[in-house]
Amino acid sequence: MSETLHAVSVEVNGRPRSARVPARLSLVDWLREDLFLTGTHVGCEHGICGACSVMLDGQPVRACLMYVVQAHGHRVTTVEGLAKPDGSMSVLQDSFCETHGLQCGYCTPGMLIATQALLNSNPDPTEAQIRDAIGGNLCRCTGYQQIVEAVQLAAERMAKEAK
Amino acid sequence: MLATHGESAKLLAGGQSLVPMMAMRLVRPGWLVDINEIAVLKFVAVEKDVARTGACTRQCVVERDEALAARVPLLRQALKWVGHIQTRNRGTVGGSLAHADPCAELPLVAQVLGARMLLRSAKGARTLEAEKFFSGPMATSARPDECLEEIHWPAWSWRRTGSAFTEISVRHGDFAMVSAAAQVAIDGDGRCVRAAFGVGGAGGTPLAFPKIAARLVGTRLDDAAVSDAAHAAAAETQPGSDLHASAEYRRHLAGVLAARALREARERARSL
Ligand SMILES: Cc1cc2nc3c(=O)[nH]c(=O)nc-3n(C[C@@H](O)[C@H](O)[C@H](O)COP(=O)(O)OP(=O)(O)OC[C@H]3O[C@@H](n4cnc5c(N)ncnc54)[C@H](O)[C@@H]3O)c2cc1C
Ligand code: FES
Ligand code: FES
Repeated sequence: MSETLHAVSVEVNGRPRSARVPARLSLVDWLREDLFLTGTHVGCEHGICGACSVMLDGQPVRACLMYVVQAHGHRVTTVEGLAKPDGSMSVLQDSFCETHGLQCGYCTPGMLIATQALLNSNPDPTEAQIRDAIGGNLCRCTGYQQIVEAVQLAAERMAKEAK
Repeated sequence: MLATHGESAKLLAGGQSLVPMMAMRLVRPGWLVDINEIAVLKFVAVEKDVARTGACTRQCVVERDEALAARVPLLRQALKWVGHIQTRNRGTVGGSLAHADPCAELPLVAQVLGARMLLRSAKGARTLEAEKFFSGPMATSARPDECLEEIHWPAWSWRRTGSAFTEISVRHGDFAMVSAAAQVAIDGDGRCVRAAFGVGGAGGTPLAFPKIAARLVGTRLDDAAVSDAAHAAAAETQPGSDLHASAEYRRHLAGVLAARALREARERARSL
């Protein structure tokens, strides 16, 4: 049986993308399997781990709990969209490397999305605010401390750059 | 759609409960009706004695609304405990109420304040009090063909009104083991003119205790009166046991947390 396909247009990392997709296709599966944007990870597939976080119109959401058809007409930013236009790492990504904010890297795309969204709305977050922002993202390796340090370092650097 | 397909069709709001349940094959709807792009279901309107929210208003929008926080502060206080930023960016107020998890925060606020639910189907509209709306664990008296359209949250008009929400959960952002919400109003002398409180996670639905709360009216809400009321309430609960907490522990928490919420609410009211 062939499934009904629905036409969707979604802006992904600044590029308009159009596709015909079944209603049941999750946003994260589409990003990974059709657009080959495999930076976004899939962990639990039921909303617990945060590995699949992407920004929807600038706000972090779980891509495993959305269907592609629901993103029609919206803007999606994945971890690939965080790098600078020339492909080099963003300030936040560099800071994660330097403070050892990652080990196996499974949670990292979700962490980057969650913390970049935080910095976009609050360039000088307190430690409590950083911890709150990553509260929905599980990491099995780092113990979170280095991730918090990465965000603090990035905030400092971004403040210097802005001067 | 709901009228045609009955039980096999489900409304899809924020998807933060329904999609996980589908992923785990706990529900298998034949049809999903996405209500996310229906603009009339998304609004916050603060009026004289009531604040109205559209059912599909996102939790993050309600959390940030200053006018709403000024008149129905319990909503913002409760939302801080609901999931995480990512889930509140999608999850809706109506979805949380319709999902009716006995440990969820917003249903408890609705029960304590006596919120009213406006339900609509192809046949017409009706309004249900929170008390009648929540019928059991994950169950409401909304019919399968009805859509929750609006929620009316009573706003108290006493100047010195304070409220508080507190809970114990395994990790912050998890559903509560037990939660408690309270709202009190006091007059210029510090005497209680109205009180409302309740607990979640200690029964099949969130529980409010209007009769016990009424006994606080006229008191100065001193610690002894508060503690009596909280313990009387805890004694009425019939919590279940699970892996996380025994019934006895939940009942104990219900008393402790109810007292804590009442004291915090009192302090806020006194500071005004
Ligand atoms: C990691 C994680 C942590 C969470 N933690 C908490 C928590 O601590 N506390 C808490 O309360 N919740 C928590 N939740 C659930 C919360 O985020 C959901 O938002 C909420 O329970 C359901 O709202 P929704 O808009 O996502 O509804 P959906 O998931 O879309 O729908 C839920 C149910 O309600 C029905 N429904 C939705 N809208 C309507 C309507 N307008 N009329 C009639 N029926 C309707 C649907 O058909 C479905 O049966 C958590 C979720 C996740 C993924
Ligand atoms: S894969 Fe989406 S939250 Fe785990
Ligand atoms: S680095 Fe391994 S899960 Fe976070």
